[in-house]
Amino acid sequence: MGYVAVSGGSEAILNTEKLLAYFRLKGKSEPLGVDQIRDQLRLAVDKVMGEGSLYAPTIAALAIKQAEGDSIEASFILRAYRATQPRRYISLAVDTTKMRVIRRISGAFQEIPGGQILGPTRDYTQRLVDFSLLAEDRTQMEQVLRKAGVGTMPERLPDTFPKVVDLLRQEGVLTCLEASEKVCDITRQALTFPIERSAKLQSLARGETGAMMSLAYSCIRGYGDIHPYLGELRVGYVPLYIQRPGRLEPLYVGRILITEAEIIAQYGEGDKTKKPQLTLGYGLCFGHNELKAMSMGILDRSTRSTSPHKAPAEDEEFVLYHIDGIEASGFVYHWKLPHYVTFQSTLDRLRRSQQLKEEADNAQHQAE
Amino acid sequence: MLNIRQSKRNTGYNFAFLDENTKREIRRKTLKAVAIPGYQVPFASPELPIARGWGTGGLQVTMAIIGQEDILKVIDQGCDGGVNAVNIRNLITKTTGVKTTFDTKEATILQTRHRIPEEPMDENQIVVLQVPIPEPLRFVEASMAKAQEMHAEMDYSRMWVFLYEDIVKWGEITIGARYPSLVNHRYLIDPSPIPRWDVPKLNMANTLFLFGAGREKRIYAVPPHTRVEPMEFEDHRFRVEDFTGRACVRCGAIDTYMNEIYDERSGKKIHLCSDSSHCDKVREQKEGRLDVGE
Repeated sequence: MGYVAVSGGSEAILNTEKLLAYFRLKGKSEPLGVDQIRDQLRLAVDKVMGEGSLYAPTIAALAIKQAEGDSIEASFILRAYRATQPRRYISLAVDTTKMRVIRRISGAFQEIPGGQILGPTRDYTQRLVDFSLLAEDRTQMEQVLRKAGVGTMPERLPDTFPKVVDLLRQEGVLTCLEASEKVCDITRQALTFPIERSAKLQSLARGETGAMMSLAYSCIRGYGDIHPYLGELRVGYVPLYIQRPGRLEPLYVGRILITEAEIIAQYGEGDKTKKPQLTLGYGLCFGHNELKAMSMGILDRSTRSTSPHKAPAEDEEFVLYHIDGIEASGFVYHWKLPHYVTFQSTLDRLRRSQQLKEEADNAQHQAE
Repeated sequence: MLNIRQSKRNTGYNFAFLDENTKREIRRKTLKAVAIPGYQVPFASPELPIARGWGTGGLQVTMAIIGQEDILKVIDQGCDGGVNAVNIRNLITKTTGVKTTFDTKEATILQTRHRIPEEPMDENQIVVLQVPIPEPLRFVEASMAKAQEMHAEMDYSRMWVFLYEDIVKWGEITIGARYPSLVNHRYLIDPSPIPRWDVPKLNMANTLFLFGAGREKRIYAVPPHTRVEPMEFEDHRFRVEDFTGRACVRCGAIDTYMNEIYDERSGKKIHLCSDSSHCDKVREQKEGRLDVGE
């Protein structure tokens, strides 16, 4: 008999690599520049940096190119690269009141000190296909850039904007959150529950945007009890500093673009001895990703629910174990791997159950 | 076919890919796991260039314990040539340059998914199992925090009830692979999705078994000479898969775990050993050209 054990894996794997490259290039259009992806697909790059948990725009753009635009795959490539990088310093806590904002709005107040700044947003655009982009060329690009008016600074642009939530805190209507005593590092320690708040915020900050959106949506729609307001949403650049041993002055190491969302939610039961206050959910992520920052704010608040009957989005363990795109996609995909042995074992159990049922039916039939 | 092979190490990364600090953490957690048989030790589990759920836990354990002198065997479903086994073997050899083998007896470290080889192994060998779900109580309790409490209190009552209800409903315990087993009379483990056929191989073995769950970030161990008892009732005993009347179409063995497949030509169902290197050995022995092994 000519039966052989399944093999030939090495050759098959090499062929898949060749085919991937072929399918990426077979249209024969101009090879895609990584700088083009970084500059013109900036929101995709930001999403990948957030979920890949590494602020590296060029490498993220390269990962997007390599993954043919699959954002989860690109985040995975970036995250795996991150895991090989040495960890030399921990930055000082970022003060987001020092943010150089490109966008800043509040949904809770009509007027906020410093004003509402719409910035680059599609919120009030009509989602019509823009056919003019079909033939965009360099001349048009230069024209658009000239006309945008960026670079002509307003007369008096404030350096910092007061935070809406700080005003509410001063007035005593919003709870002050206690600072974390200990800052965890979830890349060095597995999550365990009950979880430190710092570990929870880290997990949310690198969660998958779609998964977080879906859970946050379930909660605001009715599976849960959170009625959020958007206290403030900010997008802008913040400076990062590190403290080096033997130096007094913190060292400036660069700036990163972040999105920050402060979600104000209804007052909980909390401490009965104190006056009722509104509560805050906090969201912050790399790059410009408003959907993720807002979902994070909602989930930060919803997972602090004290309800005895928790909705999925209120269950801390449920939320944090299921929002990581790299873990979730890996495990869903793993069913593509061979499961011959376990399936054989399942068949063995099924046939035994079928046999027992048949025997029981026969016995009953004979008794009748 | 079973001959030892060696390929050149790619020097772009540290030996065995992981940096030394990460390896040290994994080794510390592994020692703890060996010291408390069956207890799930949380570990950092950084991302690897292999997808989560595709053997990253086993890989990290292997990478942390492997040395230049080791001889590695990697199998998936019992087979050395499966695509995932090849992929994992390639990553380890690329970053270590260690020797590899298909021969179970030759290996010093054997990484596996879903099988323990048919041939008995000895005290100089370590088996590393890839684990998708480290928590045996997941059948009855989805929350890791609650399951941890149940382990602490050795409260396995809900699992017993689960098995009992299975018998009431189906006349039989329906768990195929991943059969919950008690280690050292103390901790219940998920022995990874090995078939029930392989569970008795863990009991009082000469070999150290290390279990790595990468996505779930847990390591646990069954040290040599440790009791491993599958959950069973006095009047309803644990049973392995039944291959009565079957023989491997390739080597003729009747005492191995087999996969049923449909023959392309005849459309008939046939059986084939899942442990491919053992199957090769039996076949070669029968043909009188055994050229490897002791």
